[in-house]
Amino acid sequence: MSDYVDLSKEKNWMCANCNVPLVSGKVDISYLGNSFQVNLLKCPICNLVLVPEDLALGKMAEVEKSLEDK
Amino acid sequence: MNQKELREQENRCIQEQAPACSAACPVHVDVRGMTAAIAKGNFDDAQELYRKSIPFPQIISRICDQPCQKTCLRKDLGGAIEIAALERACLDFAGRDFPAVKQLARKSKTVAIVGAGISGLTAAYDLARKGWGVVLFEASGQIGGGLWQTAPDLLPRDVLIDDLKIIEQMGIEIHLNSPIGRTGGNGHGTLLARMSHEFSAIYLCAGPVASDFHDLKLDGNGYVTIDPVTFQTSIENVFAGGDILRFSTFANNENLHHSAILSLSEGRRAAISIDRYLQTVSLSASRFFEGQYTTTLFTNTKKITPQPPRLQTDLSTCYRPDEAVAEADRCIQCECMECVHVCAYLEHYQAYPKRYIREIYNNLSIVMGTRHSNQFINTCALCGLCAEVCPTNLDMGQICKGARIEMVKQQRMPASAHDFALRDMAFSNGEKFSLTKNPPGTNVSTYVFFPGCQLSASYPHYVEKAYSFLKESLPEEKVGLMLRCCGAPADWAGQEALFAESNQQFLTEYEKMGNPKLILACSSCYQIYKKHFPQIEITSFWEIYDQFGPQTERRITETPPLALHDPCSTRYESKIQDSVRNILRKNGIEIEELPLNREKTECCSYGGLMWLANKQVAEKMIQGRVNQSQSDYLTYCAMCRDFFSKNGKRSLHLFDLLFGKLETDYALTIAPDFSRRHENRARLKEKFLKEQWSESMPETQDFEKIHLILTDSVKSQIENRFILEEDIQKVIANAEKSGKRMFNQTTNHYLAYFKPASVTYWVEYSPQENGAFEIHKAYSHRMEIGRGAVK
Repeated sequence: MSDYVDLSKEKNWMCANCNVPLVSGKVDISYLGNSFQVNLLKCPICNLVLVPEDLALGKMAEVEKSLEDK
Repeated sequence: MNQKELREQENRCIQEQAPACSAACPVHVDVRGMTAAIAKGNFDDAQELYRKSIPFPQIISRICDQPCQKTCLRKDLGGAIEIAALERACLDFAGRDFPAVKQLARKSKTVAIVGAGISGLTAAYDLARKGWGVVLFEASGQIGGGLWQTAPDLLPRDVLIDDLKIIEQMGIEIHLNSPIGRTGGNGHGTLLARMSHEFSAIYLCAGPVASDFHDLKLDGNGYVTIDPVTFQTSIENVFAGGDILRFSTFANNENLHHSAILSLSEGRRAAISIDRYLQTVSLSASRFFEGQYTTTLFTNTKKITPQPPRLQTDLSTCYRPDEAVAEADRCIQCECMECVHVCAYLEHYQAYPKRYIREIYNNLSIVMGTRHSNQFINTCALCGLCAEVCPTNLDMGQICKGARIEMVKQQRMPASAHDFALRDMAFSNGEKFSLTKNPPGTNVSTYVFFPGCQLSASYPHYVEKAYSFLKESLPEEKVGLMLRCCGAPADWAGQEALFAESNQQFLTEYEKMGNPKLILACSSCYQIYKKHFPQIEITSFWEIYDQFGPQTERRITETPPLALHDPCSTRYESKIQDSVRNILRKNGIEIEELPLNREKTECCSYGGLMWLANKQVAEKMIQGRVNQSQSDYLTYCAMCRDFFSKNGKRSLHLFDLLFGKLETDYALTIAPDFSRRHENRARLKEKFLKEQWSESMPETQDFEKIHLILTDSVKSQIENRFILEEDIQKVIANAEKSGKRMFNQTTNHYLAYFKPASVTYWVEYSPQENGAFEIHKAYSHRMEIGRGAVK
C-alpha cells in the first residue's frame, strides 16, 4: 500500500507537539483483522502519524471496501 | 434462509419459464431464441437451435401442425407468428453446413424398435446418440411410416429420403419387410417373449397392433396398459408409444389424430425412459415439463402494438430472407420482467429475482472468501413495488431484508453499509433530540404527535405548526409530543437487536404518557408502528388534517397542476392517500396522477437505506421517478421531497402548501445538509422545551462550543464524505487539548485526527484570532492506525 503514497507532497508537515519535522517510517494499519505495513510520515519522537487525504480516500477506501466484501 | 425456503422463493419467479409457444410444442423448440436470431439475420444460429429439438428438420418444418401458434401471444395482436415458415427459412438460408450428429461411444446393450414411423425413428436417433445399439424392425419396405402418406407437394420425396439418411449414417440396423408375427419362433411362445430375451429393451410403436401382443396387459377399455409418464408397459423392458396407445383392441378408433410433432415427442420420451432403464436409474424421477404443457410465464402485452404478418403463409410457403427477418421481428420475445421494468435497482444488476435469490443464498453461504453480493443485498429499497407488480407477489424486499438480518447475525455485515444512518438514529434517540412530553400542566396524554426525525430535520418550523394545529383542532384532547426516531434505519439495516432496543425505549416512554393515540406525520414511522405495535392506535397526521383542517378554504387558485408522488411507505394505505387528495381538493389544488401511483408508487431511494448503500443506483432511482412528469412534484414525505429537489426537480412538501407562505416558491429549496439536520432537531427540541414547557436543554459539551468557519465548498466536501461538523469539533477539541497535531510550515495549517468510535476523522484547520477555527478540509477512513504510531 505504501507504493500509493507520495510522501514528498507532505514534506512541510512537522509535529506541533514535539516541534520536529516528520520522518518517513513503517506504520501498521489494519482493518477487520487484516494488517498492512505502510511507509508514512511520522514524528520520530512521539510517533504521531500522518495519513494524507489521497491515501485515505484512495487506496485505503479501496482496501476497506474489498475487505468488507462490498 | 435455508435451501428449502430458497427454492420456494426462487420458484415463485416465473421469468425462466418457457414462453407459451415452446411449452405448447411437444418437443419444446426454442421458438423465441430462433426468432431472435432470425430477426438479426442470423439464420445459422436459428437453425442450430431448431436442430437441438428436431432430428428431422426438413420433414418436420414442412408438416408440423404448429400447436405453438395457437398459444402465441401475437395471436390477438395482428396474428400468431408464422413459426413453421420461419423454421423452413432458417433451413433454407443458413450459410453453413451442420456437422454430423455426435454419438457417444458404443455401449454393449441393444434396443429393438418395432415400427419405423416418426416416433420409432426419433427413439432410434436419440438412443443411438447415447451410444446404445439400435435395431429397427419395419413391416414395410421403407422407413418413414405415415410420412409416406403425406402429400408429395408438401413433403417432396427426395426431401423425405434425404432427411432420413441420418438413421443409416448413425449405424442403426434396419430390418425392412419384417412384420411382427403372432408367434415367436426359435422356441418362444410369442414374438415379444423372444425379443425380450434377445434385446435389452424394446420400443413398440408399430401402429394399432395391440392385439398382436398377447403378453401385454390391457386395461378395461382394451388399451395397452402403460405408465403415462414413462411409457413402460406391464413388461418392464417393453415400452410403447404411437397408435398402440391410442388404438383400443375393443373399439375401432377411426378418427385417430396423427401429429408428426406429437409422435416425435413420444419417441423422445420413450427414449429417455429406455436410456434410464438401461442405465438402471429411476425412470420417473424429475420428469417435469415433458410433452405439451401450459406455461406459467406471464408476459405483459399492454404496450405491444398490433402488427399483422406481412405474408399469410401455409405449409408450402417459402419466405425470402428479408420476409423471414421481418416476420421474426414481430415476435414479442415473451418474458415477464414485470418487477425489473419498474425498479431501477433490479434493472441495474441486469438479471431477475430467480437469479438474484440464488446469488443471495450463495452469498450468505460463503464461510471463507469474498462475498460479492453484499452491496446488492444492501441496495434494495425494501419498498415492495416488485411484489405488487409480480404475478406471484414475490417480494425481493423481504428476501433482502432477511439476508441483511442473517449477515448481521453472521457478523458479516460491512460496517460502512449503514453506519452513518444508525449514528443518525442514535443522535435522534439521544438527549439532543428525544423528548416525551405531556401537554403543559398535565401528566397524561390522549393523543401524542410523533413528527419523526427526518421531518424534524428538514422542516422543523412545520413540525411546530403541525403541533399547534393539532392542539387547536383537538381542544378537548390532551395532545402530547414525542420527538425521536421510530427505529426504521435499524430495521432496514437488519439490526434486530438495535431495533428491539429502540422499540423498548419508545414503549417505556409511550406507556408513561398513558397509552395515547399516536399521530404520525411520516409514513415510514407509520409502517413501523403499524407492524410492530399492533396494540397501539395510530393515525396519520393527514387523516386528522382532512377531518379537522379547513374544509372549504381555497388557498391556492392559479397554480398549474402538481404531480402527486405517494411515498412508498403508503403503498397500501389508501386512507392516507385519500386524505391527502381530499386535502388538496379542498384547497383548490389540482393534481396530476403519476403513471405509477398509490399501490404502485416508487421509492425515492431513502427506503431500505439505498441512498447510503449505493449512491449510483439511488440516483438512477430518483432520476427515473422525477422524469415521469414535467410538472412540479408534490409529496407528503420529507425525504422524498428532499431527494427530488436535490436532483434538480421542483418539488413541494404538502406542508409547504398548508403552512408555508403563499408568496414563497418553495419548490427549489435545498434540504439542509447532514450537520444542519442535527442542528435543526436539537433546536426544535430546545424551542419546544422553552416555549411550551419553559424548560431548557441539557448542558452542552465542551466540543460543541467550538466555533467552526466553513466555506460552501468545504461544507459540500464534508457532506459528500458523510462527515458532520460535530465530528470536526471533536477532532479539534481533542487536538487542542492534547497538543497532538501537526503543523505545516508553508501553509501555517494544523492537521489532527481523532477516532471517536469506528471512523478516524482528519481535519486541516487554522485557529483564528477570535477563537474560531477555519476548516480547510476534512476526510476520514475506517482502517485503524496501529503499531508504530500514536493512536
